[in-house]
Amino acid sequence: MADDVWILGIHMTKFGKHPDLDTVDLAAEAAMAALADAQVSVKDVGVLAAGNLMGAGAPIGQMLQKQIGQTGIPVYNVSNACATGATALRTAIMAVKAGEVDMGLAVGVEKLAGAGLLAGGSRKGDDDEWTPHGRYGAVAAVDGRIGTETMPGVFAQIGMQYMHEHPYEGAEFELFARISEKNHAHSTLNPLAAYTKKMSLDQIMGDVMIAYPNTRPMCSANCDGAAAAVVVSGEKLKTLSPDQQRRAVKVSASVLTTDPWEEACQVLPNVNTLTRNAAKTAYEQAGVGPEDLDLVELHDCFATAELVHYDNLMLCDPGEAVPFFESGATWRDGATPVNVSGGLESKGHPIAATGIANIWEVCHHLRGEAGDRQIEGATVGLAHVIGLGSACGVHILEKAAA
Amino acid sequence: MSQIPLVDYLVLGDDPHLLASECGSCGARFFDRRNACASCGGTEFTKVRVPTEGEVQAFTIVAFAAPGIPVPFVASVVDCDGTSVRGNLVNVEPDPDHVHLGMKVRLTTVPVGADSAGTEAIGFGFEPLEGS
Repeated sequence: MADDVWILGIHMTKFGKHPDLDTVDLAAEAAMAALADAQVSVKDVGVLAAGNLMGAGAPIGQMLQKQIGQTGIPVYNVSNACATGATALRTAIMAVKAGEVDMGLAVGVEKLAGAGLLAGGSRKGDDDEWTPHGRYGAVAAVDGRIGTETMPGVFAQIGMQYMHEHPYEGAEFELFARISEKNHAHSTLNPLAAYTKKMSLDQIMGDVMIAYPNTRPMCSANCDGAAAAVVVSGEKLKTLSPDQQRRAVKVSASVLTTDPWEEACQVLPNVNTLTRNAAKTAYEQAGVGPEDLDLVELHDCFATAELVHYDNLMLCDPGEAVPFFESGATWRDGATPVNVSGGLESKGHPIAATGIANIWEVCHHLRGEAGDRQIEGATVGLAHVIGLGSACGVHILEKAAA
Repeated sequence: MSQIPLVDYLVLGDDPHLLASECGSCGARFFDRRNACASCGGTEFTKVRVPTEGEVQAFTIVAFAAPGIPVPFVASVVDCDGTSVRGNLVNVEPDPDHVHLGMKVRLTTVPVGADSAGTEAIGFGFEPLEGS
């Protein structure tokens, strides 16, 4: 069994519109670049884990192999909603950790540019005759009749539920919009983000309302993109070049959780407890605390979601997410910079790529290669994703000792 | 005209209310059909009446939805004395000046429409309690 696992190479493509590239092209671009970054070849890789959520069950891993190298290694095609990328990475990490292989590759890819609402985006017409069917004996579609199935609406309620449990004297709409203002401001420094325009509070609040309090720029951006990572055992790393060792990033914690049963969790998804559970385990595994984090990439699929995860990841004291944000702590010059990449609201959210792209962002800073948006002296970072349904992935990454 | 509930956990009649399946071992409540309890694994369930009054614990005003869904509407989660229920807020202006967290509401029925045989489907929502 491997004692420790490292990210040896990692890459994300430009997120945005790639009309001339399909999922295989994008996955191949990310995988080839990650292998080059790791200074290894596809022949060195012992396991491949791949995810493409919207691919309708197509074996994206084998499709990728046919493009970059059919070496006969095992492929795990994984699917875990928006946590698909993190799940692919964790699968490769587990194979290395188990000692079955000393090097693995994880890839996540999605084509989403131009997609509308991903859930609740269509509703079939009512039948001629009311006949009960489904798990609730419904005679007609319930979306819009019994609450909402749209993601902006679900996550709006998750943010509002936090405001109910932690009453706030100010204006909630403006508070959430200010979180989005931060992430859009951060995105101006990220050339790989889908949207890199600074947006004023007025622009954000005055934009198209999707599901109060989330306006369009407060929602994650559908776009195309891929990300890939090469992981290696600590033992194997010792046999590699000084340059490979210097740039390797330690995976100090790799955790995946699901939502334990709680009252209301089947009525409105609970994204809180599984995140808190994952974070707690991750901090224990890594032997670090939230106060040690130099940067955090968390799952701001909507501005309303970012707020609750400050609390869930224990970046602030329990119940203190609002004052924590209002202190400026999560801006890039604050005590705990959050989503310096621009987050899903501006960097974009090509679903299966997201859980590796956020690791790429953290690694980029830990390696001191983040250019204009470098968080100076970053040595520890955390990446978090939520897949509704639910799954939570948390990884803690540390810079190699000099 | 005959009536049919939009979902099988809605009971119509003079005293409309919702029914939940309650786990005999731990008391967890569910609205869908069950093989076992997601909380404790128990397999014995009884049908229990859910209180018809409650408090809004979360809401959103949906302005953008699938074609055919009238917008804006208010989607919410209502805490009915310990049992959380998903439902729309109705008989209230769908704007943040009229909908509030913690608002007291009560269950009401909402006509969905008639099918080709003339059977009327009836759904439910929550409306503000007077004075709240």
